[in-house]
Amino acid sequence: MDIIGIGSLPIVLLTGVFIGAVMVLQTASQFERFGETALTGDVVALALVRELGPAITGLLVAGRNASGMASELGSMLVTEQVDAMRAMGTDPNRKLVAPRVLATVCVLPLLTAMADFVGLVGGFVIAYFTLRIGRVEFWTRAVNALQFSDLMQGMAKPVVFGFLLATVGCYKGLTVRGGTQGVGRATTQAVVISSVLILITDFFLTKVSLFLAGGGKF
Amino acid sequence: MCIYNDLGVLAPPAQPLSGMNAASNEPVISFEDVRLGFDEGDVLRGVSFRVIHKETKVLVGETGTGKTLILKLAAGLLKPASGHVRVLGDDLGSMSETQLLQFRRQIGFVFQEGALFDSMTVAENVAYRLNEDGLDEREIDARVREALGFVDMEDAIDKLPDELSGGMRRRVSIARALVSRPPIVLYDSPTAGLDPITSHTIITLILRLRDTLGVTSLMATHRLQDAFALANFRFDQANNRVVRISPAALAARNGQPSTTFLFLREGKVYFEGGQQALLESPDAYLKKFLV
Repeated sequence: MDIIGIGSLPIVLLTGVFIGAVMVLQTASQFERFGETALTGDVVALALVRELGPAITGLLVAGRNASGMASELGSMLVTEQVDAMRAMGTDPNRKLVAPRVLATVCVLPLLTAMADFVGLVGGFVIAYFTLRIGRVEFWTRAVNALQFSDLMQGMAKPVVFGFLLATVGCYKGLTVRGGTQGVGRATTQAVVISSVLILITDFFLTKVSLFLAGGGKF
Repeated sequence: MCIYNDLGVLAPPAQPLSGMNAASNEPVISFEDVRLGFDEGDVLRGVSFRVIHKETKVLVGETGTGKTLILKLAAGLLKPASGHVRVLGDDLGSMSETQLLQFRRQIGFVFQEGALFDSMTVAENVAYRLNEDGLDEREIDARVREALGFVDMEDAIDKLPDELSGGMRRRVSIARALVSRPPIVLYDSPTAGLDPITSHTIITLILRLRDTLGVTSLMATHRLQDAFALANFRFDQANNRVVRISPAALAARNGQPSTTFLFLREGKVYFEGGQQALLESPDAYLKKFLV
């Protein structure tokens, strides 16, 4: 949890700030045409909490940690450390895979929540200095725009994403073939596969969430 | 006793050596017509042999003949495509992974490059199995120090594997294998890549392990001189040193060596027997190894 959570925190926070800032810039330029720049806070909050926070955080952690898991476990496999573990009566799935999956599933929602918050902070800073939107107005609209279903969607997605990226990273690591070259291949594949799975799963989870939030209607 | 395998004809399973009582003739490890292959083709093509109690069987053969595969089959890390592998009476091919995890607690395995866990210290490596078994910390500490003392590596107790030389890593690997006092120890090329002096140190440890704890061993090696050392020397516990076994003592075993040789060629057992039979063999292929 330390490596996955604390280790990923700087990049997640940095990315969150700039995602929020960019969201405000992009949405404000459109709302200005209709004279509704005050809606900026609503849109940024919804986009961050429902979608961008979970997806971007998932992709960042996939790039950083799924690759790390694949390379670490792959290196253990090619140096016979996994065989040594099995030879001493230890199940590698219990010892190596389960802790990583559990840690990622627990930590990713927390990282996402932090990314959402700093994203809103970054967005507020830009909104305050460039659009002259007051802090009370921005934060009030941002908070009021969010409903319980949005928060549930925003926290459920990271749980699924965390399971996927950790499982893919561990699987690619423990199925390495071809020595050190194979470890390199596995590392790249872990990032690519987990990233693609996150994006595909995000689509279906969004569909399901909207269905449930809409009382059974899409 | 020796068995030749004229290529194309399977050698019969090794018969119990005469003169020994039934209890010590019971095979600890038994391979019965074992076959195993991968995408590139079969590596083991009907291997049969037995290892009796306290015997050291040395697997010799060219690279790719399946020596390491035999060790992994004996440890249950691989399952045969056909045939049976029986260790301590259990047919490993019919056991589930959960059962095999329990079974492997009776096996000590010394991997070719040591296979130490590189994120753990020497002490943590050696204590690994004991920690998994949930032993008391004080007992773990005592047994770890005992095992490291056996291999003369107590000073490195807090070091990481990448701070150790190749020979030191092998010694720690041996300590990790013996800390749980297993009845069977498997060695995969324990002296591969080491200088002669360090190799001598490793072989001395193996002799000491064999003669002090009475383990049954299966050792894969390219170095016949190591195998001859095991056949001709023993560890004198009283004087804490290695001594040559006298011809009289060898003769007193009624021709039943505690160290036997098993040569593999093209996936089959080519020769199985003691040192004397090997040295007296007229076979041209075997003579290449004795040069």
